[in-house]
Amino acid sequence: MAHGPAKGLTRWLYTTNHKDIGSMYLWFSFAMFILGGIFALVIRAELFQPGLQIVEPNLFNQMTTLHGLVMVFGAVMPAFVGLANWMIPMMVGAPDMALPRMNNWSFWILPFAFTMLVSTLFMEGGAPNFGWTFYAPLSTTYAPPSVTFFIFAVHIMGASSIMGSINIIATILNMRAPGMTMMKMPLFVWTWLITAYLLIAVMPVLAGVVTMMLMDIHFGTSFFNAAGGGDPVLFQHVFWFFGHPEVYIMILPAFGIVSAIIPTFARKPLFGYSSMVYATAAIAFLSFIVWAHHMFTAGMPLAGELFFMYATMLIAVPTGVKVFNWTATMFKGSMTFETPMLFSIAFVILFTIGGFSGLMLAIAPADFQYHDTYFVVAHFHYVLVPGAIFSITAGVYYWLPKWCGKMYSEVMGKTHFWLAFIGLNLTFFPMHFSGLAGMPRRIPDYHMMFADWNMISSIGAFLFGGAQILFLYIVISTIISGKKATDKVWENPEGLEWTVPSPAPYHTFSTPPEVK
Amino acid sequence: MKLPMPQNPIHALCLKLGALGFAMFAFAVWIMPPIYDVFCEVTGLNGKTGGRYEARVAGVDNERLITVQFLATNNEGMPWSFAPEVQSVRVHPGEQTVIHYRAHNPTGKDMVGQAIPSLVPFKATSYFHKTECFCFEQQLLKAGESADLPMYFIVDPDLPSQVHTITLSYALFDVTDRYPELLVSSAQLSNEATAQP
Amino acid sequence: MLKRAQGLAPWLLAPALMVSSYQSMAEEVERWRFNMPEGVTSVSQNVYGLHMQMFWWCVGIGVVVFGVMFFSMIFHRKSRGVKPAHFHESTALELLWTVIPVVILVLMAWPATTSLIKLYDSSDADMDVLITGYQWRWKYDYLGEDVSFFSNLSTPREQIEGLAPKGPHYLLETDEHLVVPVNKKIRFLITANDVIHAWWVPALGVKKDAIPGFIKETWTRIEEPGIYRGQCAELCGKDHGFMPIVVEAVSEEDYRAWIENKKAEAAAIRELTSKTFSFDELYARGEEVYNRSCAACHQANGEGVPGVFPSLKGVGVAVGPIDNHIDVVVNGVRGTAMQAFGAQLSEVDVAAVVTYERNAWGNNMGDMTQPIDIYNHKQGK
Repeated sequence: MAHGPAKGLTRWLYTTNHKDIGSMYLWFSFAMFILGGIFALVIRAELFQPGLQIVEPNLFNQMTTLHGLVMVFGAVMPAFVGLANWMIPMMVGAPDMALPRMNNWSFWILPFAFTMLVSTLFMEGGAPNFGWTFYAPLSTTYAPPSVTFFIFAVHIMGASSIMGSINIIATILNMRAPGMTMMKMPLFVWTWLITAYLLIAVMPVLAGVVTMMLMDIHFGTSFFNAAGGGDPVLFQHVFWFFGHPEVYIMILPAFGIVSAIIPTFARKPLFGYSSMVYATAAIAFLSFIVWAHHMFTAGMPLAGELFFMYATMLIAVPTGVKVFNWTATMFKGSMTFETPMLFSIAFVILFTIGGFSGLMLAIAPADFQYHDTYFVVAHFHYVLVPGAIFSITAGVYYWLPKWCGKMYSEVMGKTHFWLAFIGLNLTFFPMHFSGLAGMPRRIPDYHMMFADWNMISSIGAFLFGGAQILFLYIVISTIISGKKATDKVWENPEGLEWTVPSPAPYHTFSTPPEVK
Repeated sequence: MKLPMPQNPIHALCLKLGALGFAMFAFAVWIMPPIYDVFCEVTGLNGKTGGRYEARVAGVDNERLITVQFLATNNEGMPWSFAPEVQSVRVHPGEQTVIHYRAHNPTGKDMVGQAIPSLVPFKATSYFHKTECFCFEQQLLKAGESADLPMYFIVDPDLPSQVHTITLSYALFDVTDRYPELLVSSAQLSNEATAQP
Repeated sequence: MLKRAQGLAPWLLAPALMVSSYQSMAEEVERWRFNMPEGVTSVSQNVYGLHMQMFWWCVGIGVVVFGVMFFSMIFHRKSRGVKPAHFHESTALELLWTVIPVVILVLMAWPATTSLIKLYDSSDADMDVLITGYQWRWKYDYLGEDVSFFSNLSTPREQIEGLAPKGPHYLLETDEHLVVPVNKKIRFLITANDVIHAWWVPALGVKKDAIPGFIKETWTRIEEPGIYRGQCAELCGKDHGFMPIVVEAVSEEDYRAWIENKKAEAAAIRELTSKTFSFDELYARGEEVYNRSCAACHQANGEGVPGVFPSLKGVGVAVGPIDNHIDVVVNGVRGTAMQAFGAQLSEVDVAAVVTYERNAWGNNMGDMTQPIDIYNHKQGK
């Protein structure tokens, strides 16, 4: 029954193989990462100096909006789904995902959605220009005509995520090899299981909020319009009810990846496996009750403001537990620092720095000075770039030899790491300062007192962008002409994926393995 | 009542997960907005004053004087002049007071306006009762027409003691497009009037 | 769509230009600013204190955690010949590093709570100011004083486009300041005319969203006279970065004098409404009004932005019937970004800008309109 892949282009169109689909998600997400990066470089080029030199304010707003949408929905989320597709079946000893044909559909609607979204740049009135958080009424009454295509694209992306999540949960709950109990699953599988439930819970809420927008724009309703008895702040509540769990959706799988890599290169088991599982579940649960910390200046009543401040601060506890556990994994290990380990350690340190600025933001009265400034931009870029992106990069370096059977060049990998590390810190660390100095977000021009930090940020951004081109080169040259990799690849990694040959055969675990 | 589930456990699980997804969508669209509105109405948070006040307040508190301020703003593109006749009044809780806003449509077109109230401090919202308000309905003003808009209110004697000033703001919106029937019916009435011998 | 980069020269000379432009401004521009201002109100100073407390807590925790990590990275490496240990769980440790952070959080939350409670108390103010956010300017109404005006960005476009050196308050200067007395509790009632904006002055420690259709309240008590600058802090469209705030805190006597002056100014404008102006007076004044209030969208050359803001040069209302032109400026155009400027500009200014638009850029309609015409139009005559 097992046979090799089909030939030709239609292989990719019709494939139901989790490895093929995982690869497509990863290539797609990388292309989106480059595209979102180009939008970011337009922003940073304009902000290199005070004055309006390159783009008009309206186009600048389109760049910031598309940068956010493409990175969140086109780069980070599909990359994690790609890793899930490749790794979850192998990690649980299953032959494929639970619903392979729905898996294909989940992927292929994404290029369609993003083509539509990016094509809005060329429509009359331009692309969406209201920020990736698209508050009403800027995004309803005052939006360009392309907002309808934006809404359609969001619906499609949401459908893709929901279908993918259903697939992931069904695979994890129903298709584990005999002997693989829940508490024997790798942490990557646990974090994705919990993430998938979060996705099913909140992507429909996003679909709901853009549907209400659509109603307000085209069908005369007044969900978010005060004139008809509605309230713009209702938009913010519903959006952030989705939006806050969404940012945890973008980091929980990262926790899983790093929890696989650090033990391998410390040559020591992950410290506190069950605590890590409970902490992940606690983070997921808490993520539902903190949403209004994005709205501290919207004029909420005092009791509400206090509640959200306390709940937000509380999330630091399970997150801290995870950081301590990774540290304890490293402690008294016997570490080597190959590229995946470099990216993972940088993740722990820099994500924690992002967590610190998050804790500061949680303090509501102080947030009155931070909200909508570059301090917030610094915070979320620290948790997303050396957070989510580094974990994905780490995962790619870690598992690429298993996927294609070839080793990447360690010298090149380390070069990529250091360029990216220096680049991102140059880009985002000064943003803490420009934010505290008083620079608001989403402005194309600024007073000279912010100029020094902005110039450094812009230089760092181009360096970071260049590093990603190097990454592309590394991946392609590895696939084409890398040295042959062993089956185990690393010294003694844990997990079923290392028991199959490198490259992994097209069909693995057609017969379930025995798990002790 | 046991619902028929597919035999295959995977399909059964997927159906349940799909139902969860749909339930969250329904929650976002059909449950969250009404909960938000009810929450605001019941607690008075968000400054949205309620509808017509029906109950009778017992007695006037002559020991206390509350300042009630009146503001008027025009939303974008609303060209009417719209202002309260007095900037503020001092009232005893429990005593009914009437104040007037004046509106004037200076354009050459018939228009329909909607006044949306907003009140601070939030903790006073549920203690501010309007027995009659121009904000309960849309206001039709023909081209060049003016109107006197009364608002009857009572401040509840149970208003928390720390509140000394209540600020009520009306934002005037142009809702002509939403209520074309008001323009039509008024045109009909004036036609009938002119048709009378 | 892309702005013409002003030749290669600025790019090649950028470093030199930056240095030279800073040298002339070294005294005025504070560079390399790391931290938020302590500010001039008890609220801003309280917030600064909270911020620093949180910062030091984070530094402390970071030093400990990263210290352990760096220690491990140096001493627990395979290249040192270390053999890995095997321990992988400890309930005691997990409890410890759950409980201790909770205790730390409580210690952080306590002062934050007392600060927030104080911050929320807007009652018993000495005066009220209604602040309305517009696309893209602020309007200030002094309640009870009958003083009300718009505050527009006053940085000249040439500075923004790099055709003139930037002034010391680039993008943070306005034509009208919000003048207030020191040591008085001032309550701000904040709303918006169109989309959500946010009013923020860092030195006062005040930031509040401006929501259309709703009022929100906040307050301040400024302890030191001076000029304090802020910006809009919620994306509100094209010129979100170009609608600053300037608060000027003065002594009580100066404040009262300023109020009287403002009332006199308003009375003078009302008087001007009945005056008859010459064509040249209207044209000159109109050009100023146009550059201040119209050029952001319709551009200084009157050509607008194709597909977004209509051209006024040789087409449209500016070369059509004058009554229609006046109506568009006074009442705006519903469903578009063209606001009702009749509510924002005096009759004199409207008459002037209409006259200017009809005669500038080669339009040469030859007609003009007087303030009384605008007043009458507003009355529906």
